[in-house]
Amino acid sequence: MGVGRRMKKQGPPQPLSEEHFAKLKRKAGLPVDAPTEAPENKRRRTAKKPEPKSNGSASKKSGSASKGSKPAKGAKELPAANGKSSKSKAPKKPLLEESEEEDDEFDMEDLEADGSDDEVQKIGDDFLGSDSSVFDSDDEGGQTKAMWSEDEDESDAEEKLTAANIVGLSRKLDQKLEEEAAANEEEMLQSALQTNISGDKPKVLADEDDDLEAEKNEFLAPDLQLLRTRITENIRVLDDFSNLRQEGRSRAEYTAQLLKDVCAYYGYSEYLAEKLYNLFTPREAFAFFEANETARPVVIRTNTLRANRRELAQALINRGVTLEPVGKWSKVGLQVFESSVPLGATPEYLAGHYILQAASSFLPCMALDPQENERVLDMAAAPGGKTTYMAAMMKNTGIVVANDPNKARAKGLIGNIHRLGATNVIVSNYDAREFPKPMGGFDRVLLDAPCSGTGVIAKDPSVKTNKTELDFMQLPHIQKQLILAAIDSVAHNSKTGGYIVYSTCSVTIEENEAVVQYALKRRPNVKLVETNLAFGKEGFTSFRGKSFDPSMSLTRRYYPHSYNVDGFFVAKFQKIGPTPAKTSAPRERSSGGAPEVIDRTPIALDDDEDDKAKNDDFGGWNEDEDEQYIEKGRRNAMRRRGLDPHSAGKKSKKSSK
Amino acid sequence: MRPLTEEETQTLFKKLAEYTGSSLKNLIAPVDNSPKADRIVFRLVQGRVYAVMLSLANLATSFSRDKILSLGTCLGKFTKSGKFRLHITALQILAPHARHKIWIRPNGVMPFLYGGNVVKAHIGRFSEDCPEHQGVVVYSMDDVPLGFGVTARSTAESRRLDPTGVVCFRQADNGEYLRDEDNLFASG
Repeated sequence: MGVGRRMKKQGPPQPLSEEHFAKLKRKAGLPVDAPTEAPENKRRRTAKKPEPKSNGSASKKSGSASKGSKPAKGAKELPAANGKSSKSKAPKKPLLEESEEEDDEFDMEDLEADGSDDEVQKIGDDFLGSDSSVFDSDDEGGQTKAMWSEDEDESDAEEKLTAANIVGLSRKLDQKLEEEAAANEEEMLQSALQTNISGDKPKVLADEDDDLEAEKNEFLAPDLQLLRTRITENIRVLDDFSNLRQEGRSRAEYTAQLLKDVCAYYGYSEYLAEKLYNLFTPREAFAFFEANETARPVVIRTNTLRANRRELAQALINRGVTLEPVGKWSKVGLQVFESSVPLGATPEYLAGHYILQAASSFLPCMALDPQENERVLDMAAAPGGKTTYMAAMMKNTGIVVANDPNKARAKGLIGNIHRLGATNVIVSNYDAREFPKPMGGFDRVLLDAPCSGTGVIAKDPSVKTNKTELDFMQLPHIQKQLILAAIDSVAHNSKTGGYIVYSTCSVTIEENEAVVQYALKRRPNVKLVETNLAFGKEGFTSFRGKSFDPSMSLTRRYYPHSYNVDGFFVAKFQKIGPTPAKTSAPRERSSGGAPEVIDRTPIALDDDEDDKAKNDDFGGWNEDEDEQYIEKGRRNAMRRRGLDPHSAGKKSKKSSK
Repeated sequence: MRPLTEEETQTLFKKLAEYTGSSLKNLIAPVDNSPKADRIVFRLVQGRVYAVMLSLANLATSFSRDKILSLGTCLGKFTKSGKFRLHITALQILAPHARHKIWIRPNGVMPFLYGGNVVKAHIGRFSEDCPEHQGVVVYSMDDVPLGFGVTARSTAESRRLDPTGVVCFRQADNGEYLRDEDNLFASG
C-alpha cells in the first residue's frame, strides 16, 4: 500500500467525523450539534496529506455511497470479507464485525452523550471530533496498529476503515453541500434584503449628520470604493428616479452629487465633467468616464503603397506580434494585442510598410474617400497619418496638399510622408485660415480641426483638468474660421468631388454640431451628405434647447464606450453652390441682408451725429475721413485674419450688427 | 523653389549615376509617350533638392518660398562646398533604378539599420562584377530596400575576405528616419 510515513504516524485518515455522530443522533431522534470548525482545522494542520486523499476517495465513491443511502446497514448485512477483497470492492464489503464494533461504540458514545448534560455532550463531541486517532485507538488500538503493518488483513482493515469513512464522508459532503446551499440562500436573502432596503430608497445624498462627518473627513483622501458605490447607486436612482429617489430630494441634487463624485473619482474639473455628463444619459456618461480610464487598442494601418495587409501581418507575426484585422469596415487596419518588439522600430516600420494610427483617424479619410487624380487638401496634417492614408487611397496620383501651421510638427509629417513613400504630397506651412488664397479649387478638403481632445482623454488625461470655459469659446471660433476656409477652398464644379470632411477628436457640441451648423448657416451653398461610414451614432439634431439642422443626423459621432475607438466626430459636406464661396457668400447675403444694412446705417449715423455735436469743441468731426479710417482698419483686420478685404466690407457690416 | 542650375544638375546627376549607372535615363524619362507627358523634375527648396512630378512642381509654384516645406521626394542637399549629399529619403528614387545591389541576410538587417557597415558574414547575395568604391543599394533578402552605401571591395576581392571584413560602407539606412529626423528635413 502506498501509504506515506506521515500517515502511518498519524493513524488512519479521516475517521468518522462529527457528521457521522450527528447522523446517528439524528437517527436516534436526538438533538444534533452542529459540527465545530476547530477539529477540522486541527486535522487539516496535523494530517494535511491524508486529508485530500480521503476527500478524493470520498468524492470518488460518494456516488456509490449516495446510491445506497444507508450504507452502514448494508455493510453490516454483508458477510465478512476474507482479507482478499479488492480495493474497489472494499467499500461495499467492509468487515462485519468491525463495522459492528464501530457502530456499537458509537452507540455507546451516543448513549453517554444522551445521559450527560449539554456541556458534557459538547465536550464529548469535541473530543471525538478533535482527534480521531485517540478515538480509534480506544477500542481498536490493536487493530489500528496491525492495520498499518504489511499484512493483508491490515490492508483490509484499512479498507474497511475507509469504507466506514465513506459513509461518514459522503454524508459529510452532503451536509456540507446542504450547509453551503443554506448559507448561499441566506446570503442571497440578506443581499436581497439589502438591495431591497437601500434599493427602494438608496441613500445617496448626504444628510445633516453626514455633512458634519464629511466636513471632518474633508482633508482625508476620498474612499474610492465608497465613491464608486455611491456613483453606481446614484446612477441607479437617476435611471428610475420617480421610484427610487428619497422623498423631497430633487433630481438636480442627485446630479450635483454624482458630478461631485465623478470629479473626485476620476479627477475631472467640474466644468468639464458637467459638460461631458450633459451629452449622455447618466448610465452612458458613467460608461464614458470609465472608458476614458482604459487605453484604446493599438492599431496599425498598412501602407498600401508599399505592402499588402496579409504579407505585413505575416511578417509581424514572425516577429512575435499578436494581431488581427481591426474589423470588417477597414481593409488596411490591423489591431495589435501584444508585441514582443517595439512596433515603432521594426524593419517593416522603417521601410514604411505600416504606420501606427488610431482606428478613429481612419474614419475621416474613409468618409472623404479621395479618388485618383484629384486635388486634395489636408488643412491640419501633422503627424501625417491621414495625409499618407489619402495619398495611398489615391495611389500616389493627383496631388495632396498637406498643410500644417506648426513647423516643429511639420517635421514629423514630412518624415512620415517620405517613410511611407507618398510622392504626390506638397507640405506647406500656412495658417490654414488663409486657405483659398495660396491655392484653391480642391476636389476634396479634409479638415481635422484642432480641438479640445475630449474624445482622447484616455490618451491624454491632462485634458481632464486643463480645459476651461475659455477653451470652449476659443477653439470653436478657430474651427468656424477653418471650416469656412475649407468650404471656400473647394471647387463646387469638380466632376468627381466637391466634398469637405470636418472631423474633430472631441465629443462636445460646441466643437462639432455647433460648428457644422454655423457653416451651414454662413455658406448656403453646402449641404451635409452621408458619410458612408459603417458605424457611428448620429449627430444631435437638438441639444438642450438648441436645435440644429435636421440634416445633422447625417453626421457621425464615435464614443470610446460604444465602439472602443477614440471619441470622434465626422461630418461630410458637399459643395453645391454654383459660384466660388468668396463672391457667392456676400452676394447671396446681399439679397437678404441689404434691408438690414439700410436699417443699421441710420442708427450708426445718429450716434455719430450725437458724438459730433458733443465734440464740436474739439475741432469738429469729419465724418468722411472717419469712415475712411474705419474702412482701412477693417481691411487691415480682415487681411490679418487671412480673409479677403474686398468681401470684408459687406461682411463686417453684417457681422457688426 | 527653383529649378537647378546647370552646374547643380551636373553634380546631382553625377551623384545619382554612381548608384543607377546608365538607367538614370529611365529615371528622368517621361512616364509615357503622350506629348504632354509627366516626368520627374528636380527642384531646389530651401537648400534641399526634391524630385517631383512636373505637374506637382507647377502647382507648387503658387505657394510662397518660405511657406513650402517639402514637395515630392527629398533627394538630399548641397553642401557648402558645392558637393551633393544624398539623404535616405532618396532611396525610393534610387532603388528601382539601382545598378549594383547587395542583399543582406536577416541576421544582418538590424545591425545595418542601426548604422553599421555591411560585413561579409551578413551578405546573402551580391551583384557580380561590382568594382571598388561603387554606389550600391542594400536590400534585405525579401527585396525590401534598406539603404545604400559604397563598396569597400570589388566583388572578386570580397570573396577572399574573412567574415568580419567590411564589404560595403553604409551611407544611409532606413534607421535614420528615427535617429536623424531632426537633420533630415527642413525645419525652416
